[in-house]
Amino acid sequence: MSKPVIATTSLAGCFGCHMSILDIDERILQLIELVEFNKSPIDDIKTFTKPVDIGIIEGGCCNSENVEVLRSFRKNCKILISLGECAIMGGLPALRNGIPIEECLHEAYIGGPTVQLNKDHILPNDDELPMLLDRVYPCHEIVKIDYFLPGCAPRADLIWDALVALITGDPLKLPYEVVKFD
Amino acid sequence: MSNLIKFKIDSKECMAEKGTFIVDAARENGIYIPTLCNMPGVKPKGSCRICTVRINGRLMTSCTTPVADGMEIESNVADLQNLRKSIVELMFVSGNHFCPSCEKSGNCELQALGYLYQMLVPRFPYDFPIRKIDATSPKIIKDQNRCIQCKRCIKTIKDEQGRSLFAFRNRGHRLEVVLDQELGHLMTEELADLAMKNCPVGSIIKKEIGFNTAIGNRKFDHHAIGSEITL
Repeated sequence: MSKPVIATTSLAGCFGCHMSILDIDERILQLIELVEFNKSPIDDIKTFTKPVDIGIIEGGCCNSENVEVLRSFRKNCKILISLGECAIMGGLPALRNGIPIEECLHEAYIGGPTVQLNKDHILPNDDELPMLLDRVYPCHEIVKIDYFLPGCAPRADLIWDALVALITGDPLKLPYEVVKFD
Repeated sequence: MSNLIKFKIDSKECMAEKGTFIVDAARENGIYIPTLCNMPGVKPKGSCRICTVRINGRLMTSCTTPVADGMEIESNVADLQNLRKSIVELMFVSGNHFCPSCEKSGNCELQALGYLYQMLVPRFPYDFPIRKIDATSPKIIKDQNRCIQCKRCIKTIKDEQGRSLFAFRNRGHRLEVVLDQELGHLMTEELADLAMKNCPVGSIIKKEIGFNTAIGNRKFDHHAIGSEITL
């Protein structure tokens, strides 16, 4: 039987959840025995090259590109996991929810106390740039998500145990220490 | 003559003094029933419903219902656990609870109940309401994003003349707990400490001490809420 295939991505996240995946330490050697990685920042494969069994999503959706990537993950992955607070509830980027986009952009590019070089008061508006959404959306409000692993970042043991449980089909144990929201 | 009466919680034989509220009687018998709006020494009002138990097929708040002789109480059963979990989830989605950036994280009772019921994701959509933060007091910050309107601060935080520093403002979905501007400025260090301690969430935060306890040393990092009660 061929190995299960895993893909990962970071949407509106900080890559902390990916750091936490690496935080499984030497078990990463076991992981590459157990699974094969496809599209992921870990191996730098940019596009899906085959059907994927488990897609791991870090970060929520703050712009049009996030939505597109998330939808392509849903299309190409049998199982999708929301990994971390940002994927689950928007996380820190969602602190902007409730603040109008115009105000956010003004603060970032025109009126903010650290803005000095933008003398012409230009707001980023290139066709190449993804459009910001009106607010930051949890991933499960955009596509169906099958499993949720909370934490900021999720504990490495939680990620490891969840992946092993998914691959082996054994039930996932959730000890008190691994389910945390911070 | 003794006032002790017998009753059962989840088939376990218990004893308590007549008139004791179920939640207190359970605690005396080593059984934890979760609470949020209720706290020792304060008259219960049964508003958060997290302590809901079932007696004779009816749902009752155990913080406001006294035990009776021969009473049979259901508490730690699957459907009630699920009901309590749904209340926690509703509280999470109806406010703006950003645990990763909250100073109360690790010491927060709402978060601890999320851990107890292993809330991986709320089953309800996030509301992301627009709420204000009042940082005018020199001692504390009152953050409406995190307030669950339990009224614990209103009932327990009073000055020397017995005046409450906090009060309800507006009604219905506009209801909020606000700090009296004048009394907020006169607030003592001790009262600010107590206000932060009595707030079950991170709505009352003392200034200049944020994140002073390392992750791993906080109240609910290793021990679940109520684990000190459970025998």
